[in-house]
Amino acid sequence: MNFLRGNAACPGCPIPKELDAILDVYGKKTVVVVPASCSTVIMGDTVLGMPSSVNVVHSPFAAAASIASGLSAAMKFRKDDANILVWAGDGSTSDIGFAAVSGAAERNEEITYVCYDNEAYMNTGIQRSSLTPYGAWTTTTPSHKHEFKKPLPFIIAMHNVPYVATASISYLADFKAKFSKAKSMKGFRYIHLLSPCPPGWKFDASLTMNIGKLAVETGMWPLYEIENGVFKLSSISKPYVDKAKRKPLEEYLKLQERFSGLSSEELANMQAYIDEMWNYIAKVNNTKLTP
Amino acid sequence: MVGNHAVAYAVKQAKPQVLAVYPITPQTTMLEKLASYAASGELNAKLIKVESEHSAMASIYGAALAGARVFTATSSQGLLYMTEVIYWAGGQRVPIVAGIATRAVGSPWSIWDDHQDFVSKRDAIWIQMMAENVQDAYDMTLQAFKISEDKRVILPVMMGFDGFVLTHTMERLSTLDDTTVDSFIPERDFNIIDFDKPIGIGAIATQDNYIKYRYKAMQAMERSKNVIEEVSKEYSKLSGREQHGLVEFYKCDDAEYVIVAMGAWAGDARAAVDELRNKGISIGLAKLRVVRPFPKEKLMQLKDRKAIIVLDRAYSYGLGGILATEVKASLYNANLPIYSVIGGIGGKEFGKNEIMGVVEKLLSGKLESEVWVL
Repeated sequence: MNFLRGNAACPGCPIPKELDAILDVYGKKTVVVVPASCSTVIMGDTVLGMPSSVNVVHSPFAAAASIASGLSAAMKFRKDDANILVWAGDGSTSDIGFAAVSGAAERNEEITYVCYDNEAYMNTGIQRSSLTPYGAWTTTTPSHKHEFKKPLPFIIAMHNVPYVATASISYLADFKAKFSKAKSMKGFRYIHLLSPCPPGWKFDASLTMNIGKLAVETGMWPLYEIENGVFKLSSISKPYVDKAKRKPLEEYLKLQERFSGLSSEELANMQAYIDEMWNYIAKVNNTKLTP
Repeated sequence: MVGNHAVAYAVKQAKPQVLAVYPITPQTTMLEKLASYAASGELNAKLIKVESEHSAMASIYGAALAGARVFTATSSQGLLYMTEVIYWAGGQRVPIVAGIATRAVGSPWSIWDDHQDFVSKRDAIWIQMMAENVQDAYDMTLQAFKISEDKRVILPVMMGFDGFVLTHTMERLSTLDDTTVDSFIPERDFNIIDFDKPIGIGAIATQDNYIKYRYKAMQAMERSKNVIEEVSKEYSKLSGREQHGLVEFYKCDDAEYVIVAMGAWAGDARAAVDELRNKGISIGLAKLRVVRPFPKEKLMQLKDRKAIIVLDRAYSYGLGGILATEVKASLYNANLPIYSVIGGIGGKEFGKNEIMGVVEKLLSGKLESEVWVL
């Protein structure tokens, strides 16, 4: 076990499982950089110690990609092959730390950047981020969010980085295969995880894996890779190019109270967004994305 | 050499392994020079061309954790922008050296010299040194690396020098040869990241523990006073240039009046002291070479003077001149008038003549306790 149980994660939180699986692939010679987020708490304190089996460098909110760049430069200088891995939430990645992430991607830093996306500022008590989906309730969008999620994996891919992927801990084999591939590559690698959050999304803690699965099956969370600019739908998500094969969106939404009380217009907007996204995916699958 | 190039030369000789570069006037030519040293192979270092000062400090902080000797430089808005990580690095006590070309902060915009940016970092758990001239900036930079990595200290160090006044002014420079520098600053021999003993660096410290880290930081800062004096003495011997540790007392032994200042205008004050001495006025200069740790014990030797004039190029709005306040606090047991003179803000000309004018006002009993020279 790379990540000890009995840590401070909420019941049903996928973060310990995700980190356990990642460290299984990345191994002991890894430094994990953690900006302010739920994981700051999960990673323990100075007295009780930490659940992680590898070094953890805590970072201010906006600094993780840059601290990782420095760690990587120092390792490179002394020809050390250690893995530098950023483990950051959606707020840190897509909002406050976005400039630093974009900078590190543009410089093609030798790091693996993982965004565990629980779709809001969860550690501070559920405030919207630019990765909160349209239609979601948060404490700062009490009558639902009306802006769409930033297409962050695509935005990162447009930086010409060697590897971008989406993944979900509900599909462990695909998840681990993507991290194995990332580990074998050089340069800036970006993996975006949809990380269901029971208290933030308001679903029962026993349903985490199901929610993750439904996100994929309803087409909300397509699994894909963008390797050297070439978009490739992962086999799990391939059937969902065909809209008929996708489960009704309602099945995903109804389990989460954050989506309760949506109007028919809001629901239609969400469905249209998903359909458009899949039309785009069908068009670009197996092609090189060009800016 | 101009000041920026003198500092870059010292940094090259200190052999940092990771540098972060991001431009801001008037610091830019320092990092440009370092980039050219790295490109030509004269300096074997990784340069991280970051997208902001926040990332400049963050990236060298990360590199320093992994055992590298590191450097970056900035000014003004850039120093303010990196402030969050400056505190972060100070709290974690990693060895870092940063060159600060001092400059006024906006708004309104000003690219010219004052010390507001530099002194705004005085509580960030960084040692802060301030150079008087280009030679001083070169000498201090080398000492900064040694102090920062001393195991009794292990604190980041800021080496301040006045924007344009020193960064862009050409002076004759004496340098140490590379082998002397190598023996003065040997390779950094400790690392924080150990793969066999993984730790959490900067993890949450609970209420009973956070304060203990801060207490230790306070002790390290106090210990650094002796180390700074020691390094200063060693460097004086190596270079043949007297370094004076925390404070230089110039013609102070018998002085009835003393001017306290830091930075480039200490040179103007020195010239003013010489000229006033020629006129028979008993006056000296206390040049603060280091303001964190603040040399309060050393300043006690000024307690029996007739009066002290403190020159400030920065201000704490609603309180007073920042150095003046600190000098007063250091001498709170002494019964002597301490005058605060605020000048040179935003690059406003303030030199030897202005200083002499202030002293003459004091002697004629016309100097108010706080004066802004507009």
